[in-house]
Order: sequence, then structure tokens, then C-alpha cells
Amino acid sequence: MSDDVAAIFHEELRDLLESLERGLLDLKARPNDMALVNQVFRDLHTVKGSGAMFGFTDLAAFIHEFEAVFDRIRSGVLQLGPEILRLALSAKDEIPGLVDGVQDPGGRRVAILAALRDLMDPGGRPEAATEMLAGGQGDADNLLTHLRFRLSGAAFAMGARPEIVLDELRELGAENIVADLSDIPGLDRLDVDACAISWTMDFPKGITAGQLEDVFLFVDAQWVLDLPQDDAPEGLMPAALQDAQLGAGVNVPQSAELPHLPSPAARMEATSATVRVPAERLDALMDAVGELVILEARLTQLARESRDPSLIATAEQITRLSGGLRDATMTMRMVPMRSLVGRFRRLVMDLSDKLGKPVEFLVSGEDTELDKTVIEKLADPLVHILRNAIDHGMETEAERASTGKPKIGRIELSAEHAGAEVLIRVHDDGRGMDPARIRAKAVAQGLIAPDAALSPSQTYALVFEPGFSTAEQVTEVSGRGVGMDVVRRTIETLRGTLEIDSSLGHGTTVTLRLPLTLAIIEGLLVEVAGERYTLPMPNVQEIVELPPAKAVPKRTEDFLDIRGRFVPFLRLRALFDCTGQPGAHQNVVIVMSGEHRIGLVVDRIVGTNQTVIKQMSKLHASVRAISGATILGDGSVALILDVAHLVGMGRSQSEPPSGGTEVAA
Amino acid sequence: MKLPNIKPHKSITVVTFSLGTQMLAVPANLLREILDPLPVTRVPGAGQSVPGVVNVRGSVVPLADLKQVLSIPDDGHDERRRILVLEVDLAGEAAVVAIFADAVHEVTTIQTEMIEPVPPSAQAWPPDYLTGLYSGAMGFVLLPDLETIFSTLANRPTTNQPQGIATCD
Repeated sequence: MSDDVAAIFHEELRDLLESLERGLLDLKARPNDMALVNQVFRDLHTVKGSGAMFGFTDLAAFIHEFEAVFDRIRSGVLQLGPEILRLALSAKDEIPGLVDGVQDPGGRRVAILAALRDLMDPGGRPEAATEMLAGGQGDADNLLTHLRFRLSGAAFAMGARPEIVLDELRELGAENIVADLSDIPGLDRLDVDACAISWTMDFPKGITAGQLEDVFLFVDAQWVLDLPQDDAPEGLMPAALQDAQLGAGVNVPQSAELPHLPSPAARMEATSATVRVPAERLDALMDAVGELVILEARLTQLARESRDPSLIATAEQITRLSGGLRDATMTMRMVPMRSLVGRFRRLVMDLSDKLGKPVEFLVSGEDTELDKTVIEKLADPLVHILRNAIDHGMETEAERASTGKPKIGRIELSAEHAGAEVLIRVHDDGRGMDPARIRAKAVAQGLIAPDAALSPSQTYALVFEPGFSTAEQVTEVSGRGVGMDVVRRTIETLRGTLEIDSSLGHGTTVTLRLPLTLAIIEGLLVEVAGERYTLPMPNVQEIVELPPAKAVPKRTEDFLDIRGRFVPFLRLRALFDCTGQPGAHQNVVIVMSGEHRIGLVVDRIVGTNQTVIKQMSKLHASVRAISGATILGDGSVALILDVAHLVGMGRSQSEPPSGGTEVAA
Repeated sequence: MKLPNIKPHKSITVVTFSLGTQMLAVPANLLREILDPLPVTRVPGAGQSVPGVVNVRGSVVPLADLKQVLSIPDDGHDERRRILVLEVDLAGEAAVVAIFADAVHEVTTIQTEMIEPVPPSAQAWPPDYLTGLYSGAMGFVLLPDLETIFSTLANRPTTNQPQGIATCD
């Protein structure tokens, strides 16, 4: 098997396993939902089919049993219970190992299979199913199964190879294979893309529709299976045979026999609408588009300088095209949150079982899309936050009962778009955080001065400080801080922010605020003492002129009055240690991050531009006010300001030291 | 680049350049290119050692000033000034870093037996930042330990943060 094909199989398998796990977890909540049972059966069947296709015979054999159980549930023979779900989930966990060829020295797989067989057929004959799978030589009988098939559609154009199909059928025990040439048209009407030959053959008894389906999984074929009538009493029949008798009707085309399975043709149609592309190709495309956008800015500038109308017109067209290309590329990189949420369901379920805290996990906004790089990096921090919520936030059942809360705790994960940001919230209805204890702890650890005045949100934010609360992990408050600084650091590398809100006794909400993309943003270019900086446009609210009265820095803090609201402001000249005097007319860019606004005093507004974000090197990781850099049309570098950080600075600098009122911003 | 790691090799090819009156040498295999001076964008709050960034063929590359790092007196520079673009190991990852050179001299192969450790009595330079030195045609030449220098710079504490209060970002 070539690496490409193996990669496709692995990718497909990952998707299928995710879907399978989601189905199984959903079944836990809705055990009687037949649509879910069917979905699980379908996923299993596809895993088995493609597993066998790619030569993973162990995998196919393993899943076959597992599939048989769900088939019985489907047909109502077996009742779905928690035991089956538990087994199914652990069986699902074995699949990656089977694919990677991991041995099973502990005998877990054998144990799972044995338990499954027990469930299916208490006291039955477990060896029968395996025998049937091995090729059906078990009951040699004179009754033969007759198969007739032909490749449909433009089979040869699609690359179909009948000899391979026939080889596979021979492996299943096909005999008396006869080619039927009667349908071959004359030379003048011969369609070279179609296969006009059909074949008939006999199988020994015991061949199942499922086995044949595996053969025809990736071949567009019409096939008919004539099953012999069998009067054997049902109780004695091995599981695999029952499988074959699924649609006991004779001469029924496959699509009618298994109505829930899409026919190969339908499957092909469904897949042709999407194309799988390796992530690195998307990254390469994004890089190329980034370069293009930078060059386009350069071209536009040169065209303007040349004053040549035809050059200007061409540059404008390129601007329009590169804009479209940029948007299309960015859209391609968007991935829904759904891809992450599956593993969280499992995590929450496992933890809730392990800790003995019954928890209901609610998810909303699974379709919210984020850049794939953001999604990838988001998994670890969210796992951390969820684990904290269950482990430390959630009370035990008894504690909940004593405070009059519902016995089952709730953890909600929600995602939504807000402008150019995505908000992801994790809310629990647990015991909440105690600001007084956090404060005491922070003072004890020397993180804050004993008389420091902190707002509640600043107090909660202390748990993100490195070193906070690793000392005694027994208390709920200290436990919360374990690894939280890592969470914050990861979110910051994604140019996002993190907020905690909590009410003692009622629960905690952690809000992550993330940019939609890390690649290209719309930026506002400003000038400060001859140096140029870019502000992310989504953060910019408005631009006002700095009132002359405020032009000279005062010793005390002062605010801008923006339509009756007081907004603190930072002078970027002072902040960036610039020399020289500002001109007579300075501007203030009002930026917003989260719920808060501050003003940034700049010398001049240059204009908006497409900003291709380049990461700053580690040598500049210590500079928190800068989140990245971009290359301008003239080839110079402009730094991108970290608005969230500046807003934090502006607020902590302007909050009255007495700690009284919150700033009205 | 530590001295014991170089000694097993018989010889090493280096690029020599000067900072002020001091001659230095870096391994030639780290050198990506030598550029004429570029417009430098200052990074506020980054300090004197890595004062800014430059655009090297579409990449934003940090620009370090080894004069500051090695405490070499800054006597200004002239039209011979160049920028050396180096590929160094930065905390386990390959990173591209640019440094100033007041003048670039030559690519030369030296015998490793000529390289000597920095005498502990030499107070003028931070000893951790030097691999060793050797005697060249124009006086002694310093071999800066780029890995240690840049790893130390990368792990500086954060700046631009208000004192005493945890920021709420």
C-alpha cells in the first residue's frame, strides 16, 4: 500500500472513529434513538469495509463482531444497555491499535470480544462467527449461493479493474466464474469507458451480503445475490449467517436490501463534493497568498507614484483579485468547533465516571468556525479548563444535595462569533471561586502586595499567574491554578485573551476570546514619532482628535470624555520611549478588547491596509505590547500592537488606587 | 557552540568581522547571507541587545547588536557596515537572526588546536558568551557562543508590564 493511500485510510478512519464515538456517547443519553443506532452501525460497517480493503484483516474481524451486536440492536433482537455501550467504547479505543499493528498482550481485545459474544448469544457457540468470517468453510453444504454482477456506469474511465474484483471474489471462495458476453454491442456502438461484460459465479454456503459489500465498496457495480433457502432453526444459526439472511428475500438488489446504506454510486457523489487536502498544502497556499498581498501593496504604491493610468488600473485589478484569493484561502482554512468537541464529550464522561460526580455536558455553537491553526492549539487549553471545572469546580453529589442544587451538575461549552473574534465559554454550576481566598493566597505567595487594590476580575486572573497555587493542591481554590498559566500562555500565543468570572456557590465561567485567523487581518496603520504601527481593525472603535487641553501629559491620570463616558488613554510616545515633540494635532484611536475600551494617542493616522501577520521571534517574546509584525508596501516592517495587552495596561494604570469604583469604560 | 564540541574537528571554517576594534569570527556554516544595511524597525521595550527587526526577503528577522552583548565600546560605524544573517539554534529550534558587523573581512579555515579558552582573568567580556579565542594575523579573534547568547536573550523576563498587578488580559 502506498503511503498516500495509507494516509487517506488513516484520515478517513480518524473521521469515522470520531463520528462513532460521538454516536456512542449520544446513545448513552438517548438509547432508544434508532437513527443513532443506525449511524453507529453504518460507521462500524464502513470502518470494517475499508479496513478489509486496505488489508487490515484483524481489524475487520474484530469489528465484525462489534457490528453484529449493533445489527441485532437494530433489528430489535438485543436491547441496548449501558454494558454494551461501555464495551463498544472500549472496543472503539482498540481500533487505532489494531490499525497500527499494536499487539494485545493483555488480552483486552479477546476479553472485549468474549464479552460481546456473551451479550449477543448467552451460552451460544462463540467459535461459529469466527469460522464463518474466515471464509465460510465451516458448513460445507451442497446449497450454493449464486452471484451475478456487472460494473455500471463509465467503469473503466473511473479506473475500475474487474480482474481485481474477481480476485477478491475468488478469495471469498467463488467458483464456476463465467463471463457473460451477450451484452457486448457491435464495434460501432462500443463505449470504451463502460464495461459491457457481466459475471456469474457460485459461492459455498455461508457467504454473507456484508462480505460481498466489502468487495464492492469502492466499485460502482450492480450485483445480485441469490441466497439459498435455509430451514435451519434460527436459534442454532451462527451470527454471521444471520447477517447473510438479513434481507431474507431472494433476488433483491443490494440497494433495496440494505436501504440505510448508501449505494456505491451515491457514496461517490457525496464524496466528490469535498476534497481532502493535506494541511501543509493549505499552509503553503496561505504563505504564498501572504507574499502576494505584500507584493500587491508594493505594486499599488509604485503604480501610484508612477501616475501611469494603465499601470494604476492593472494594479487595482490585482488588488481586487488578491483580495478574493485571500478571502477564499482563509475560508478554506476554517474548521468548525465540532471537530474538537467530540473528544471533550468523552473526556467529560470519563472524568465524571471516575470522580463519581454526575455531570451533564451541554455544547452549543459547534458549527462556529475558526482557523485550523487556532483549533489545533485550542484543544489542550480547553481540556485543561474542562478538567478543572469537573475536578475542582464541581461539588460531589452529596455536597450538591446539601446546598439544594440539582444532583447532576452542568458543564456548558459554547462557542459564538462576536465581530472578528470567537468567544468560547466554559461554564460550570459548581462551587465557584472565593476571591478572598485567592487574594490571601496571592499575598502569601508574594504575587501581590497586601494592600493591592484589585477588581474581582483581576483577582480571579491571579490564578493564571505562574507559580500560583501549586503548593497545597487539596483546596478547591488552589487546585484551580494548576497549569492555568500554561493555558494563558497558549491562548496568548493565539493572540487571544482569557477571562474568569465566578460567583461563590454558583459556578465559574471561563471565557476565551480568540481572533478568527492568525494569517491576514485588516489593519489600521498609525504613525508615532516617525515609526509606524498597525492596529487590528476589528479592535478599532473610533478615532477622535486629542483635545488640546489633554495635549500635555499631566501628573495625575486623566480620561477622555467620549460622549459622556470616561475612557482612559495611553500616550504611545511615552510608552515607547520616543524622543522629540508631537505635532499640534494628535489623534486618539479608541480600541476595544473584551468589554473594555481605551484610547491610544498617536501622531497621525496613515490608513488601512491588509496586514499579513508575521510572528515575532523568541528574542522579542518579552515585549508584551507587540503581538507581531507585518511588511508594508515600501518593504519596511511595521509592528502590530497587542490591543488586549494595551487595554489591560491602560485599565490597571488608570484604576483608582483606592479600589473603589470600576471605570465606566 | 562550546569549545569541547569543536575540538574533535581538526579545523573549522569561519567568517571574520569586526565590531569596533575587536575582531570576531562565527562558523561559516551558520551564515546565510551578508546584506548591505537595511532599514531597521525599532521594537520599543526590547532593549539594546536586540533593538529591532529587519525585513530579510519577506521575513521579519530580529536584529541583534553583539557590541551590547559583549560589552564592546560603540565607536560608531561607517559605510563598511553590513548585516550578517545567521541561522542559529534558539532554545531547540532553528531561528534566523541578523547581527550587525562594522566590517566583514574574510572566510578562513583555522586549525581548532589554535583555539584557546577565554582566560578567566579576562574581565572585559562575559565568559559564558564566548566559545574561545585564537590569534589571527590582525590580533586575537573572539568566537562568540551564539547559542548561549541568543538563548539567554530569548529567556529575558517580560517588559512593558505594569508593576505589582496581574494584568487582566
